[in-house]
Amino acid sequence: MELYATELMGVKTYDVQGNYVGRVREFFIEPAEAPNRISHFLLSRGHFQPLVAKHDQIASISSEKMQLNVSERALELYQPNESWLAVQKDLLDQQIIDTRGRKVVRVNDLDLTQLRTNGNVELRLTQVDVGLPGAVRRLLQGVVPWAVVRKLQTKLPQSYIRWEFVNLIEPDPLRRVKLRITHEKLEDLHPADLAEIMEELSASERQSIIASLDEETAAAVLGELDARLTTQIVEELDPEKAADILEEMAPDAAADVLADLSKETSEELLHEMPGREAEEVRELMEFDAATAGGMMNPEFVFVSESSTREEVLEWLRKQDQSFDQLDTIVLLDSKAQYSGAVPVVRILLAGPEDRMDTLKMEPLLSLPPEAGEKEVFQCFDKYNLRMLTVVDKENRPIGTIAVDDVVSRLVKN
Amino acid sequence: MNWAILKSGIESAQTRGADLQRRLRGLRRRLLLLLAVVGPGLITSNVDNDAGGISVYTQAGAQYGYTLLWSLIPMTIALYVTEEMCARMGVVTGKGLSDLIREEFGFRPTFFVMITGFFVDLANVVAEFAGVAAAMEIFHVSKYIAVPIAAMLVWILVIRGTYRQVEVIFLFACVLYLSYVFSAVLAKPEWLDAAKHTVIPNLRADSGYLLMLTALVGTTIAPWQFFYLQASFVEKKVGPRQYRQARADVIFGSISCMVVVFFIIVCTAATLYVHNQRDITDAALAAQALIPLAGKWAGTLFAFGLLNASLFAASILPLSTAHVICEGLGFEAGLDHKFKEARIFYWLYTVLIVAGAGVVLLPRAPLWKILIFSQVGNGIWLPVVVIFILLLVNRRDLMGEYVNTLTFNIVAWVTAIAMIVLTLILTYTSLFQQAPPPAG
Repeated sequence: MELYATELMGVKTYDVQGNYVGRVREFFIEPAEAPNRISHFLLSRGHFQPLVAKHDQIASISSEKMQLNVSERALELYQPNESWLAVQKDLLDQQIIDTRGRKVVRVNDLDLTQLRTNGNVELRLTQVDVGLPGAVRRLLQGVVPWAVVRKLQTKLPQSYIRWEFVNLIEPDPLRRVKLRITHEKLEDLHPADLAEIMEELSASERQSIIASLDEETAAAVLGELDARLTTQIVEELDPEKAADILEEMAPDAAADVLADLSKETSEELLHEMPGREAEEVRELMEFDAATAGGMMNPEFVFVSESSTREEVLEWLRKQDQSFDQLDTIVLLDSKAQYSGAVPVVRILLAGPEDRMDTLKMEPLLSLPPEAGEKEVFQCFDKYNLRMLTVVDKENRPIGTIAVDDVVSRLVKN
Repeated sequence: MNWAILKSGIESAQTRGADLQRRLRGLRRRLLLLLAVVGPGLITSNVDNDAGGISVYTQAGAQYGYTLLWSLIPMTIALYVTEEMCARMGVVTGKGLSDLIREEFGFRPTFFVMITGFFVDLANVVAEFAGVAAAMEIFHVSKYIAVPIAAMLVWILVIRGTYRQVEVIFLFACVLYLSYVFSAVLAKPEWLDAAKHTVIPNLRADSGYLLMLTALVGTTIAPWQFFYLQASFVEKKVGPRQYRQARADVIFGSISCMVVVFFIIVCTAATLYVHNQRDITDAALAAQALIPLAGKWAGTLFAFGLLNASLFAASILPLSTAHVICEGLGFEAGLDHKFKEARIFYWLYTVLIVAGAGVVLLPRAPLWKILIFSQVGNGIWLPVVVIFILLLVNRRDLMGEYVNTLTFNIVAWVTAIAMIVLTLILTYTSLFQQAPPPAG
């Protein structure tokens, strides 16, 4: 039969001779042993030291009483243990991440199911109650007979999360290791969803999540997060880790993050980053954030205007990079000056021997890095662009602005 | 030789110029940092001066002249001490007050705090809409037109606006409190007398005087404001590094709130008290009485101030209450959710506005009783909330190095106990005294 954590709190416990032992005040899961089994029950006995019953010492359990299959003398005294997850203290009323529904929720109650083996009964945690039934149970337990509560809760809209989809939040890294909490499930989420989840957490919880993610995911999440939070997180991170994360970010995003930090911190982080990346970011930081220079990404794909489709494809295949976001290629003439831009679709449809300069878009568009963001927006709007090239005084391309940068700017304004 | 001197002169001027520029940039940076944080403290403290509050200040000035002004300085300190703890908790933990109560004290205490909060705040919302109705009647607008329009305005503002836009509007509403300053200046008060009474305490053993003192404290520090303050710092994503700016915001808010109170008391003291119209019981009547005494402008500005304050509080209270309750009980909350995702939140919000405005429109609404209820409710709710705050802010596992120091704890507990005793006295007298007590 199903049981609820709330119903079990305060249940009277008897040993094998039928003697009263104490009341259940807390129970624990030992994630290192089994991820969902209730491993220990804390039995309080007034002013005597509390005892602990192990999972294999339980003969039967219901919302009225718990029966042990050993005598009281076989029970151990309770010692606090960091690697036990306490249901009452660590789970009830706390926030958890629902990795399937991609949001942060608060635990109202826990659903347990009984598993009968030879001489004992085990409780397994099946799902977390985050809806009204759990809330009502918490409120009425002990005040109204439990049969009434059970009847009432069937009439309420339910909201559960299966235990497999629950990701616990524990700021203390040592405890996290002891409780076997990993953030693998979080790494599978889309960075934008994870960023939204993180915005609902407290500062130390955010910090602990970022610190435990791999650099690539962390970089993607920081790129999606509110700028203020990004600044706070990067400031608190260990500089080496922060530099590793920044290195994984697009240079323009990294420059935005660094620009919000204090001068000393940003210098320190730039120092930690490899020379070439640091140089790129430094150059970008020279530009005002509200100009084309401040919006552009200095890493872009360029080819010679005289190359053929086949040559370009061959070259792209050889690159050890993902081009998922690529939709326009920049063309250079023999003097390394900007000569145009070709959408990937045109390359896709062209013949193998077609030269790039026959495919380029008209009119020839570019902006200097000093151009204001308004000018950039108007340019995108007027010509329905997906990418715009930024050129220096000698008409050499120095970066490109992608439409998603424009969209996020517009949303922020 | 000359060249060298000239050159070094230019160089030193250049370095000085650069130095100045750097310092100016530093100043600008610091100012920007401050501006990024400012808002919650200023808004929260000013919302305190709501319809009920203004009525009490009006009576204080009309009945006792300048003699109650001294209480403003200790009240500023009390306001600062309590609000600062919430600001600190919000900034350090990144969680709202209701979240913390839930996590540390469990479901049942949270539930009862939230349910009391709902009814107390509902009574407060009624008081705010009553304020709107009273102020608009001075401008000859019927309450059957004014109140529904006000309710709609509040609804639209909150549903359609983003947090940033709403905050800008609220900050602008704070500026409009200046109308009381002009009103006071037009009333031509004895500034010297007022200043003297502000600095020198004047305690009288007269029971009416003491009751008025209690009412002043009771209306100025309302329990719901702590939830709102902490939630706004969390929503603004202010972190521990910006704690100093947050504290500056709270100090500035507490002082500006009391400055407004000062001018309201001065204004009514210089007119109603001096001309012996001392039985005025609410702000709208005061505004009308001001017209023959201090001119049309003084009265109009006074009424305008009341309208602004009531609308301001009516926009913040329902939203804040719905938010706090949903957060504490674990329901989806916030305007960035759709109606389907956050049904309970939107329902609570709507019920608060519709019921709040609706009661005022009932032909024979027991407004007086509701005002008393809101005051009594605040009085019962305040001790609970303040004690929760003090327990939480002293938890080292939550606050780390930011727990209260011993000195701060002494000041905070003394303030809390004084506030609790005063509000309980006020609650008792509101419930058991026959004479109409001061509204709040």
